[in-house]
Amino acid sequence: MHLTSEHVRKVAALARLRVSDAEVESLLGDLTSILEYVDVLNEVDTTGVQPMVHAVELHDVMRDDMIVASLPRADALKNAPRTDGTYFLVPTIIDEG
Amino acid sequence: MSYDVIIGLEVHVQLQTQTKIFCGCSTAFNPDHPNVQTCPVCLGLPGALPVLNRHGFQLAVKTALGLNCQIASFTKWDRKQYFYPDLPKGYQISQFDLPFSHDGHVDVETTSESGDKSIRRVRILRAHMEEDAGKNMHDESGRGRDSKVDLNRAGTPLVEIVTQPDLRSAEEARRFLEELKLLLTYLGVSDCNMQEGSLRCDANVNLHIHQPDGSRVATPIVEVKNLNSFRFTEQAILFEVQRQWDEFQRTGIKLGDKGGHKATRGYNPDRGETYILREKEEAADYRYFPDPDLVPVLVTETQLAAIRSEMCEPPAPRRERFHADYQLTPYDAAVIIDQGRLFADYFEAVAKTCGDGKQAANWITQDVLRETKQRDQSIAEFAIRPEVLGTLLGQINQKRITIKSAREVFGDLLTEFDETAAIPAASRIDEIVTTKGLAIVEDTGAIDAAITAVLGRNAKAVADFKEGNQKAIGALIGQVMREVKGADPQTVREKIIAAMQ
Repeated sequence: MHLTSEHVRKVAALARLRVSDAEVESLLGDLTSILEYVDVLNEVDTTGVQPMVHAVELHDVMRDDMIVASLPRADALKNAPRTDGTYFLVPTIIDEG
Repeated sequence: MSYDVIIGLEVHVQLQTQTKIFCGCSTAFNPDHPNVQTCPVCLGLPGALPVLNRHGFQLAVKTALGLNCQIASFTKWDRKQYFYPDLPKGYQISQFDLPFSHDGHVDVETTSESGDKSIRRVRILRAHMEEDAGKNMHDESGRGRDSKVDLNRAGTPLVEIVTQPDLRSAEEARRFLEELKLLLTYLGVSDCNMQEGSLRCDANVNLHIHQPDGSRVATPIVEVKNLNSFRFTEQAILFEVQRQWDEFQRTGIKLGDKGGHKATRGYNPDRGETYILREKEEAADYRYFPDPDLVPVLVTETQLAAIRSEMCEPPAPRRERFHADYQLTPYDAAVIIDQGRLFADYFEAVAKTCGDGKQAANWITQDVLRETKQRDQSIAEFAIRPEVLGTLLGQINQKRITIKSAREVFGDLLTEFDETAAIPAASRIDEIVTTKGLAIVEDTGAIDAAITAVLGRNAKAVADFKEGNQKAIGALIGQVMREVKGADPQTVREKIIAAMQ
């Protein structure tokens, strides 16, 4: 497919990344070359081949429903940018319309 | 102009597991202790590896079988990507194109305005598994700069049940949810506790408006999110129907027109109104892709047979069977079944012990239901166990005691339990019957002698009766019954009338 700067802006917006016009141009070049590289796969004839859903052949890997000790709260919160010692703190979520 | 109301529901049900869907953290409802049931997996820390909860998957399959769904022989896990503070990984593990189940149905009995009952078949499009998000706490004052996040709930196993748009009124939607809750609690897959968020509902609502030329136009679809009670769901739909009708009359905007795209709204129960959350100018772009951390699940016929064999009879066929096996009216069958599985089990045990389903149903829907309600007890806590009640009712059937005497014994058994806290055994019935002389007296000689004596003492009543005063006989029966305890009042009545003539 032919990538445009609109595609780049959209992907950046979905990833919550702010990109300047200059960055859009350079990202457009990078992403286009990545897609061209992957395009090689289109040369393979996949007629009649089942789509692959996973890179490993394993299936049905499961665990028993047994409680394992959770992290102490202090450890759970340790990497958060901001906490009040009990909760994770985030900028106010505007929900009510 | 008239219109049809078109409603489809998406219901999220929390499965009754000990641990989360992909890690060993507890799923206990614990809002007073935030962020104590988390680990690297449900916090989304780098390098953590999710592993599926086997019991959770089995409960999900049970749920889908109860919904009459097809179970896929191959299912996989996908990442649904969006940013929200209650979603630590930046994606939710869900199922996109290969859900574990699809194409089922739930039948709901509905009542029309004229009182006619009919069955609405609500088709289930799909049921898939996913993980729950955490909980955001918004600052109610609106002045604070922070929202708080509790991730105890993040990773709790859910089944999302998506119906086809087959519901045609707010009342039908509520009835569907009630039937769904009954089914899921019967199967033991979820406690469906709405206060704790174990069952949540989104309602997709729009109108198909009949045009004068016979064609129909659709109003823009509105998804009302996060309805956490059946009553709110019903109220929100009623509000939406009126709002969409008013809006269509004012603007004429149809689904697909400019300004007629699908919108998402919330419901404010205090105001009884829905409010706009966001308008979907473009379809949300979740960029689903297969989760490389999780491998597919294969379900064999053998595994399905094993899960089926563990399942109890669902409520709908059980209602039918109660009608067929015990000759219950559909109403009585529904009253008993709708009280829950243990209550219906209690009924069946009583009916089998006494051999009379109708008698058992009468006692259970009246006496037992009244006593358990008054005592605020569940049927499992109720002092008179089904074998005991069945034995008592059996004595009525065998004409050993009267219904009135049985009520006396029933009351005495409860009083004894209140005093001693000991669950009464069936043997207590005979003891009470003997002590109080409640056994029906078959000895007609004793009854005849008592009648002769009573009639001799009551010449005036006899004369009154002969002159046509039917009421006079009541006092005579009472006196004979006092002399011969346990006499069958019907027999006494017949014998007195015969003696007087």
